[in-house]
Amino acid sequence: MTTIEVNDLYIAYGEKIAVGGISFQANSGEVLTILGPNGAGKTSTVESIEGYRRPSRGSIRVLGLDPHKDLPKLTQFIGVMLQDGGIYPRMTPLEALHLFHDYYKDPLNIDYLIELTNLRDALKTPYRRLSGGEKQRLSLALAIIGKPKVVFLDEPTAGIDPEGRLAVREVIRNLKSQEVCVLLTTHELDEAQRLSDRIIILDHGKIAAEGDLDELMTAAQGENIRFSAPSGIDLSALEAEIGAKVTEERAGEYLIVTQATPDNIVKLTSFLAGRNIFVGDIRAGKSSLEDVFFALTGRTVEQDAQHGPSTGRRGRRHR
Amino acid sequence: MKPYLAQSRTEIKLALSQGESLLVTIGIPVIVLIGLSLTKALPLPATAKSATNFLVPGTMTLAIMATGMVSTSIATGVERSYGVLKRLGSTPLGRPALLAAKITSILVVEVIQLAILAIIGILLGWHPVGNWGLFVVSAILATSGFAGIGLFMAGTMKSEVIIGAANGIYLVLLFIGGMIMPLSSLPGALETFARLLPAAALSDALYHSIGIGGSIPLWAWMNLTIWAIGAPLLAARTFKWEQ
Repeated sequence: MTTIEVNDLYIAYGEKIAVGGISFQANSGEVLTILGPNGAGKTSTVESIEGYRRPSRGSIRVLGLDPHKDLPKLTQFIGVMLQDGGIYPRMTPLEALHLFHDYYKDPLNIDYLIELTNLRDALKTPYRRLSGGEKQRLSLALAIIGKPKVVFLDEPTAGIDPEGRLAVREVIRNLKSQEVCVLLTTHELDEAQRLSDRIIILDHGKIAAEGDLDELMTAAQGENIRFSAPSGIDLSALEAEIGAKVTEERAGEYLIVTQATPDNIVKLTSFLAGRNIFVGDIRAGKSSLEDVFFALTGRTVEQDAQHGPSTGRRGRRHR
Repeated sequence: MKPYLAQSRTEIKLALSQGESLLVTIGIPVIVLIGLSLTKALPLPATAKSATNFLVPGTMTLAIMATGMVSTSIATGVERSYGVLKRLGSTPLGRPALLAAKITSILVVEVIQLAILAIIGILLGWHPVGNWGLFVVSAILATSGFAGIGLFMAGTMKSEVIIGAANGIYLVLLFIGGMIMPLSSLPGALETFARLLPAAALSDALYHSIGIGGSIPLWAWMNLTIWAIGAPLLAARTFKWEQ
């Protein structure tokens, strides 16, 4: 069943176009992840779906309702986890759980939530003194306390400890099994790869790619060989040797777009051995989500996290 | 109703559990009342029969201003900067109930403040005279005006700026708001300016309603009514739920 329906969504702030006419759907029981560099339009898109922002153009329906106009009706059925904050700084997790419990008609049991999100040891600590992981787990507990049909999770595993990460994954799997639609935004591609049914990559306010993991990887570059070695290898000679396009994506990081056959790998290693070039690593096979993200946006997720709004080159577009 | 009641409980608990806030809303008014009543260090209006007849309504004005404007602006500003207001906007509580809970909290805290000041005033020899009905009406009008100013600040300024601005206005109005010194003791232009502000109007209204008895001057009613309507409207038009 279609739970979220976005048609020709267009969001502008004055002259600046944050989202330039995108359309997509998400279904019940599905985890849809939105990826993209900083400034790609992720937050504007998600906040419009949550009802926080009025789109400049286009339509959004969540459970058949307009999230901006019908927000009071919709709030019983949605759960929102902000990237950070959202809770009174002096409030303890126990107080926050009781407060949010009273907002909903048919909430989850508080003890069950405490166990599920492993918050037992932090119940009486003020929010501002909780660790990053505890804050995330509390925020997640509050997002699902009202038994929502749609859950918005913004960076749910950011800064979280390994134990908390397992708890978050477990919660998301539970939600999925209960036919809840989960809209996830994250910078952690490993989590996106692990949890998502479908992924949308946004760049410059447009959908750069959309599909399940296999579709994205195939669409991006198919099979390839990647290796790291000292910068400045003679690319023309290597291309002639292998018979495929070779690029130095970043200093010392090389990409050969070709089938990852044993023959091609032997050609590569022979080429390097003949020139006494030491190799850092060689990876052959399908692209990873990181490769897809880089190919589409021209940035790695690490660069994106460090440098703020995207200024990188525009990547190759697939759609 | 349940979300509103839960939120009101939370707002009241938060308001009554923060040390800095209690100092401004209860501590300073009590210290000023006791200190000035005992020392008589500042001039009194010619019509005042005793220091407490002037200082009890004056410190009640201070308390209402502290809760309505200072405490509301700082607390709401912090909630805004922490994303609390944004987060609550996506719960079934909703913004109207959140606002109603904040108003409830302000009124409950004010009742506690005014009761404490009244008891201390009586212990210091205050004999309330006048019309409690007028007192309640003028206090409600002023609360609306001060809360409007507080929410205007909370919804438009950064939380660090709000703390400085709210406490600064509190201090200035303490001296020119007719709360501890009669307005007539201010220099001419300053007195005229002070009469445009809600603090002076409330202190005059409370002084006439429960300090010396008699009717509240028309300028004070007009002032309180304009602020009671104008300030919340301004806050509603300018308020930004996210920082």
